[in-house]
Amino acid sequence: MRLSTKAVTLLVLSLVIAVAPLFFPSTFYYRVGSLIFINGLAVTGLVILIGYAGQISLGHAGFFGIGAYACALAPAHLGLHPVLAAVLGAVLSGVVAYVVGKPILRLKGYYLAVASLGFGVLVAMVLANEAWLTGGPDGIAVADPGLRALLRGFGVDLSNAQFWYGFCGLVLVLGAWLALNLYHSPTGRALRALHGSEVAARTVGVDVARYKLNAFVISAVYASVAGSLLALQNRLVTPDMAGFMHSIEMVTMTVLGGAASVPGAILGAAILTALPQVLTVFQEYEQLMLGLVMMLVMIFMRQGLLPSLARLLRGRGG
Amino acid sequence: MPELMQFLMSGVTVGAVYALVALGFTIIYNASDVVNFAQGEFVMLGGMMTVFGYAAGLPLPVAALVAILATAAIGVALNKLAIEPARGAPVVSLIIITIGASIFIRGVSQVVFGKQLHRFPAFSGDAPIPVLGATILPQSLWVIAGALAIFVGLWLFFTRTLTGRAVLATANNRMAAQLVGINTRYVMSLSFALSAAIGALAGVLVTPITLVSYDIGISLALKGFAAAMLGGMGNPKGALAGGLLLGLMEALTAGYISSQYKDAAAFVVILGVLFFMPQGLFGTKTTERV
Repeated sequence: MRLSTKAVTLLVLSLVIAVAPLFFPSTFYYRVGSLIFINGLAVTGLVILIGYAGQISLGHAGFFGIGAYACALAPAHLGLHPVLAAVLGAVLSGVVAYVVGKPILRLKGYYLAVASLGFGVLVAMVLANEAWLTGGPDGIAVADPGLRALLRGFGVDLSNAQFWYGFCGLVLVLGAWLALNLYHSPTGRALRALHGSEVAARTVGVDVARYKLNAFVISAVYASVAGSLLALQNRLVTPDMAGFMHSIEMVTMTVLGGAASVPGAILGAAILTALPQVLTVFQEYEQLMLGLVMMLVMIFMRQGLLPSLARLLRGRGG
Repeated sequence: MPELMQFLMSGVTVGAVYALVALGFTIIYNASDVVNFAQGEFVMLGGMMTVFGYAAGLPLPVAALVAILATAAIGVALNKLAIEPARGAPVVSLIIITIGASIFIRGVSQVVFGKQLHRFPAFSGDAPIPVLGATILPQSLWVIAGALAIFVGLWLFFTRTLTGRAVLATANNRMAAQLVGINTRYVMSLSFALSAAIGALAGVLVTPITLVSYDIGISLALKGFAAAMLGGMGNPKGALAGGLLLGLMEALTAGYISSQYKDAAAFVVILGVLFFMPQGLFGTKTTERV
């Protein structure tokens, strides 16, 4: 029996997540791992928007922030359980993405980039300035979701870092599975068609505006869930989660690994998340390196790392 | 009334800087269809290098000149090393390349110049001049006069000189310009040099008022872009009008609504312009060719 590419991708991803802890020299690596999975999840959403549909967004950290702050604010003010708060955040992000996306997705290229960026910056600005609600620039604490205690009730006792490593890994595999399914679905085909040429897609009956909006909403929900995960794990949310630099980092991760490929983008997230953690000596040079990586990859490997490497392995003709 | 006057003064000063950044965007956009998100870094570099040249003992005008020339050289390097090799790349790639360049320049500046705020003395003292019940700094007059001088100078350059017309021809139709013998690669480099030099000059003029640190570039670039879009992308007159309008709106927001949300004005403007009149104040409607 031959396995499909999708099955192989998911299997490899699950295996890597399951086996990697065997090589962890300290618990710190669980933390790095769960950060990678969280970024990987947000970036998987961007693959749908950038890689499938060919639309850019420089404001997705805004949705990440909405998801994160939902987990902080809904339990405190509405008495919601933190996990339900994450669901509420995802719904809210979806609705906001729909309302914002409807007008701005008519725009293309630079205009779309700047409009989405403007949205993201406005979200970050509100989070930083409305201190009475959001705690201002210092951020605000998040209640314990109690998931670990629940697990302990079943006799599984994990350390905090181990638990979040496993949980975020699980959500990432789920997110990747959904995104890979989408690729071959009618919606996925419509998105790829409008990526190739909007006019051509329209002539064969694709409702371009609707599909773009779908992709935008889906990617916003991914970003929101990722934000919620980070909030629940850190037990603290700050406005820079929604900041401009975070949006840029997410887009860079996406295109670094390969915008059109889910495993590629997750690889991009892994590299850009792990590097600053591992190379703390170079902290001062972090921005310099990030900028350099962005330029070099875009100039020399426009498809991204993984697709470019894959082509190299198959031989240049392939 | 004096209050309003004061807001208008500061709005025009800041607006003049935005107008210069927007003008830089416009020049590069016209020559190459690239929106250079590193435009704000040129302003930072201009101010920063002048600070260090001056501190090293150069007379202020010489330090400023050196800074402007060095920034122009960096602009050309950006074009040769990052933009030209990516010719024909999709817009998403170009956006990431220029944002990457912006972050890279910022990262290098952080290492070289440190994280502190810097300044050098104002050109003609710090004594405020009273105007209609409000006051204006002499340096603000320098900023406004500098911006006007650049706009007039560029207008003359583009309309009266052969090189300037070659730039316009390239902007209009690259292929046709090549066919009549214009060296479009040279025009590209020239546009980046000009745009970087204008940015650097803006930095030199405004540093005594706003100070300079390694991280001011991004927000200037975004606001300059908002101004360029407000005026109509690719139109120098639009850049001037858009910059001044944006500066005024910001000053009035800060004065009458909330200084915390001063920076929001630019983004509200961007979104408003995009929704209601995507071609801007002076732009022309375009349709995409298939």
